[in-house]
Amino acid sequence: MAANTAVVLAGEFNPVVPKGDELVIGTIAFLIIFVIFWKKLLPSIKKTLDERTYAIEGGMKRAEEAQAAAAALQEEYQRNLTEARHEAAKITQHAREQGAEIVAQMRGEGQEQRDNLVAGGRAQLDADAAATRAALKGDLGTLAIQLASKIVGESLEDEARQRGTVDRFLAELEAKADAEAGTASGATAKAGA
Amino acid sequence: MSLSLATGTVLAAEGGAGCDHGTPHLFGDNGGFSCVSPSSADFDFSNRPAFHILGYGVTKPTLIVVLIIVLMVGFFWAAFNKPKMVPRGVQNVGEVAYLFVRDRIARDSIGKEGDRYVPFLFSLFFFVWLMNIMSFVPGVQFPVSSVYAFPLALALMVWLTYMYAGFKRHGLGYFRVLGVPSGVPLGILVILTPIELLSNIFIRPFTLGIRLFANMFAGHLLLATFSAGAWYMFSVKGIVFSGASFTMAIVMTGFELFIQALQAYIFVMLTASYLQGALEEAH
Repeated sequence: MAANTAVVLAGEFNPVVPKGDELVIGTIAFLIIFVIFWKKLLPSIKKTLDERTYAIEGGMKRAEEAQAAAAALQEEYQRNLTEARHEAAKITQHAREQGAEIVAQMRGEGQEQRDNLVAGGRAQLDADAAATRAALKGDLGTLAIQLASKIVGESLEDEARQRGTVDRFLAELEAKADAEAGTASGATAKAGA
Repeated sequence: MSLSLATGTVLAAEGGAGCDHGTPHLFGDNGGFSCVSPSSADFDFSNRPAFHILGYGVTKPTLIVVLIIVLMVGFFWAAFNKPKMVPRGVQNVGEVAYLFVRDRIARDSIGKEGDRYVPFLFSLFFFVWLMNIMSFVPGVQFPVSSVYAFPLALALMVWLTYMYAGFKRHGLGYFRVLGVPSGVPLGILVILTPIELLSNIFIRPFTLGIRLFANMFAGHLLLATFSAGAWYMFSVKGIVFSGASFTMAIVMTGFELFIQALQAYIFVMLTASYLQGALEEAH
């Protein structure tokens, strides 16, 4: 026993010289632990932590995504609204222009129509005046003769003379009218009257 | 046992009385399992087999390592095996541990790519920490990491991991990453490159292992010395000296608790930084 202890103290025990079997045991022990943690336990907790992170961050991310989507939607709505306003303004402008054009066109047409009407009326009036003048030309002779007969008596009853006088009178009248005719309508109107 | 007997046998270890009569001594020869002193048995680095299984001598560190496997896997099995979306009880603790290693060690050192190495760093951190903390577990009271073989085994595994990662990423160009620091003039590289290569390839695993080993060994020695001092001086020098020694043992226990966690953290931080060096883009 004494020798044994002495040997321990003297040489056998040296703390910085590793023993081979303990090296092996240490390695094996660590490898056992490492494999269990590497293959089994840490993947399990990692999965749970990832799931939890996803549950928390995922919720936040989802909310953020929803917010972003809402913002995008609003922006699109705004854009559409602006576009629609533009469109409306453009249409109004266009309509206004078109309206003005139509009014101008209508005015032109109305003017033309009025001119036509006026021209037609004038032609009608001229024709009526001419017809009236022709009718009056006939009646005037008769009326004049009757009037003259009444004044002068029965002396002018003779056909031939009668005709000659009337014709002469009419020719005189016409000549006078032609001479007076500065404005045709004025002459006609005078002749009518 | 009487204190006078203890007094008479303080030096008995050298005489070789062993544990036969409940004799306190610093270096027991029974694997450190049944000595009388509360500290001397736990100060046993002689590494005698405690018992034999199929002819193989099972030593105390081996038993403790098995205990560590059971504790570590058992705890995190309870925490991680059936994880809930809303964590309950032990899962909360496990998640804090996982997130600490992932965010504070893997991602801070290596970056996003560090996620792949989280299982390695996680196993490493808690294995080392448990090895260290075994110093305080009643009935065990022996930090396995104070036996150099265990830190060395881990350091060699770290070495394999970062060498593999580096050569996989850079091919033979990894030698350049290891040996040629960026922004160094050529003249200095002539001297620096051999040193860097030697340091990064051959010395690193040993410094990594020895740092942990030496810290734990020294801490355990310190605790054992103060505890043993308290025990012996109680009969030899009286209550004052014994009390002072005992107080120091308590204070050092608190200090050790901090050192144990710190060393585990340093070990894993260095591993992560070596991996980061192996994975970084060539400059």
